[in-house]
Amino acid sequence: MILSVSGVTKAFGGTEVLKGIDLSIDKGDVVAILGPSGSGKTTLLRCMNFLETADSGRMEFAGSVYDMHSITKAEKATIRKRTGFVFQNFNLFRNKTALENVTEGLIVARKMPKAEAVDIAEATLEKVGMKGWASHYPSELSGGQQQRVAIARAIASDPEIVYFDEPTSALDPELAGEVLAVMRMLAEEGMTMVVVTHAMDFARNVSRHTVFMENDYVVEAGDTESFFSSPRMERTREFLNMEER
Amino acid sequence: MLSERVIGILADSFLKILIPGLTVTIPLTVISFALAMVIAIAVALIQFAKVRILKDIARFYVWVIRGTPLLVQLFVVFYGLPNIGILIDPFPAAVIVFAINEGAYCAETIRAGLEAVPYGQMEAGECVGMSYMQIMRRILLPQALRISFPTLANSIISMTKDTSLAANITVTEMFMATQRIVARTYEPLLLYIEVGIIYLVFCTVLTRLQRYGEKKLGRYRI
Repeated sequence: MILSVSGVTKAFGGTEVLKGIDLSIDKGDVVAILGPSGSGKTTLLRCMNFLETADSGRMEFAGSVYDMHSITKAEKATIRKRTGFVFQNFNLFRNKTALENVTEGLIVARKMPKAEAVDIAEATLEKVGMKGWASHYPSELSGGQQQRVAIARAIASDPEIVYFDEPTSALDPELAGEVLAVMRMLAEEGMTMVVVTHAMDFARNVSRHTVFMENDYVVEAGDTESFFSSPRMERTREFLNMEER
Repeated sequence: MLSERVIGILADSFLKILIPGLTVTIPLTVISFALAMVIAIAVALIQFAKVRILKDIARFYVWVIRGTPLLVQLFVVFYGLPNIGILIDPFPAAVIVFAINEGAYCAETIRAGLEAVPYGQMEAGECVGMSYMQIMRRILLPQALRISFPTLANSIISMTKDTSLAANITVTEMFMATQRIVARTYEPLLLYIEVGIIYLVFCTVLTRLQRYGEKKLGRYRI
């Protein structure tokens, strides 16, 4: 186990969106988190990288234990330097080229020498098929290309775990396909990934574990094959039938 | 109307007006605007960061400065402050007032620019381990200044002309130089048109600089 959270709760203005979530992730695991809109899955992911502060919860990461509510800035920074995050809307730095988007965190946050950062960035962009676009600005790239650069930015620092928050939801199917292909490649290379997604094919064919969330709870979690072939909960079956159609 | 005498006056006065323009009006504008930008960026950052007490102070500053006439502010500082023992020479007094005044307007311009930058980039910066100030300095602020650039250019053009108000606190800038020549020659129409044309030339140069600057801002879009 590389990361686990337990008892994560979060409310926005009195409305509970997470009601005590437990989740544990092994090294090299690929976990898909499924669920209808508003089920709290994005909030869970954001709490796990401290983009939202959970109201309570305990995190164990790489052997250390953290209180997710009262975590300090320094602790957040330590954890974030070992994780990567991919957003639904890419959130590339608009004033930086594709290459600079990848080098920025390495040079500024990690104090890596520029030449080394550029080497790593070029290799990472090549991996996601974007090397030829290194000098382009985000506004000159398609959505799928932007998301691939964003993935390169997230993985360039060789993180121990990468979070994906609905990485293909803002893309039309063709562009989503190129992003999913990159994610599948990373999964096959053994990268630890937690993916909030609506892409059922990805969940079914790439992830090892699947978590189904609804109404702020985890309804069912298990290994992907049995999750899809023989879901235990009635509500999971209904959801899967809906998605099949 | 354009007798030989009048042409002689206009020709004689041209350098007498232009030189204070180059040695007083332009430095007054440039120094004041540079200071105004420092104030504006600081105030915009404070308002954007939503630190309660600092934000209230920033708001109060913008409210007072935007709600009172520039001429009144000049008089308070130059003629008023000596009452409580603070004497400031005309030129520095003008610089202080113009910087504080323009700073309030530009702070609002830059704050609006900051709010127009998609905020997801802040979260993305946090996720790659950058600090708030690093993200601000390297990602958000450059984009905010780029968005604000045309409005800021507008402000400096406007301020170039407003420096003529400094004549009221005995700064011998271009307009005061003209007034003095008018008093001697009694040719107000042509001399005031002449100084107006020189202001127009200055502002035309600034407009050109603005276009050049917009081209130089780089090819990215926000």
